[in-house]
Amino acid sequence: MARALVSVPARAGRGEIIAIKALISHHMETGFRHSTTGELIPRDIITSFVCRYNGEEIFRADLFPATAANPFISFYTRATESGTIVFEWTGDNDFSATEQAAISVE
Amino acid sequence: MSSDPASATRRRILKAIAALTVGTSAVQIVRPTGATPAAMQAAIRTVVGENQINRGKVTLDIPPLVENGNTVACSVAVDSPMTAADYVRAIHIFNEKNPQPNVIGVHLGPRAGRARVSTRIRLADTQRVIAIAELSDGSFWSDSVDVVITLGACLEDS
Amino acid sequence: MVTLAGGASPIAAGEIAADQRRSGYDLMSHETQAMQDDDASNPGMLSVLDGEAQWHLKTGTADKACGDCHGEASTSMKGIAARYPAFDAERGRALDLTQRINLCRSEHQNATSLPYESKALLALSAYVTRQSRGLPIADPTTDERLRAALDAGRQTFNRRQGQLNLACAQCHDDNWDKQLAGNPVTQGQVTGYPLYRLEWQGIGSLQRRMRNCMIGMRAEPFDYGASEFVDLELFMKWRARGLSIETPAVRP
Repeated sequence: MARALVSVPARAGRGEIIAIKALISHHMETGFRHSTTGELIPRDIITSFVCRYNGEEIFRADLFPATAANPFISFYTRATESGTIVFEWTGDNDFSATEQAAISVE
Repeated sequence: MSSDPASATRRRILKAIAALTVGTSAVQIVRPTGATPAAMQAAIRTVVGENQINRGKVTLDIPPLVENGNTVACSVAVDSPMTAADYVRAIHIFNEKNPQPNVIGVHLGPRAGRARVSTRIRLADTQRVIAIAELSDGSFWSDSVDVVITLGACLEDS
Repeated sequence: MVTLAGGASPIAAGEIAADQRRSGYDLMSHETQAMQDDDASNPGMLSVLDGEAQWHLKTGTADKACGDCHGEASTSMKGIAARYPAFDAERGRALDLTQRINLCRSEHQNATSLPYESKALLALSAYVTRQSRGLPIADPTTDERLRAALDAGRQTFNRRQGQLNLACAQCHDDNWDKQLAGNPVTQGQVTGYPLYRLEWQGIGSLQRRMRNCMIGMRAEPFDYGASEFVDLELFMKWRARGLSIETPAVRP
């Protein structure tokens, strides 16, 4: 599976707004480049990133070739309860990767 | 806006497309028609429909001069209380000179707490980048930045 | 210092004053610095994590992991990269870190060498070097056995080469802090390798970067693993002596 690096505070106060970061290894081949022999290199990108907090979707992004390689996204959410935050990336050529982090909410 | 028949037909077609997408925040993937500001406008209209796009509330933060167009830091923030009654539903970023006008589309909800997203994007050339936010009341707000892309020296294939 | 004698003779470049030496980090944009500073957003860290996994992976016919001999890298590898290239008494020459890693693989793990610039070798190199982050680069002149390699590296650095007839020193000793085609010219201090180059959209070695330099000068680049590169790296470590290791750095 592609290497992913996610950052979620280990603990937070109830209702506190927390920053979440997600970084994943992926070349994000745009589909607009040509090889040295002139052939079009086919597109191969991550197209969707979804983040769920105890099963409920809290963030979703549609990605395009304009997202830089090794996609990085940071966003915010409210720490509502203790549990697991799950990150899921899907894309071309059946690409799929998941990562998760635990959070403890007082 | 001109009033010649071809343009009127185009507006009717766009209205029809918009009618299919207004009220949703799904982003339609626009077939790459080439790197033009017109393609960007079409991509924007696919998301916004015939709604007015207001200036304000949105701050698009991209360095005006970037060291490398392959990886450009890009942040968008929308001034919103992010309550159940008043929140940002989605933020879409568009460009005018890449082969494709869409950059990213993010979907938020009141749980976000703060309507602020950061990512890294690719910009093929010096160009304008536009961020459009869709609020829960159905209104659209935007901001734009003109970015200058420089090419580095001592590259692999130079 | 060598005096000019016309033609393609070595240039009399001025060495950078000790108190003026700084990492290319200082010349980067705020955004690029921010990308490097945050381990949660530094794309080079993906490679460091791969390297950590590799460190614990049993490999070769000896079925041994690096960690089986070296234990935790945070202890055993601390300070190691800061003093590489190092003199290998058995082979009677200077070796760089990737050569040392591959020798360990063949001698102790009975594993095949990892190709230069392969994802695996970059990951291990990044992981090991990361254990020296924040530590000062060692001065190679403290090891007399490295003198010949150091002098060879110095000569290469100061020698005009390629169609543009440029020496490394002309940009990196004489014209740093100016711009070349939109990018700042750094002093070429090798504090952050392997590093994530935005241009490559990936992590790469010092040798890859130097090959890019040589291509930019329209010179025939040395092959990966060439002894010229080891000598040059040794000289560049001397130039960077005392500066802190930043691996994995981020550069345009």
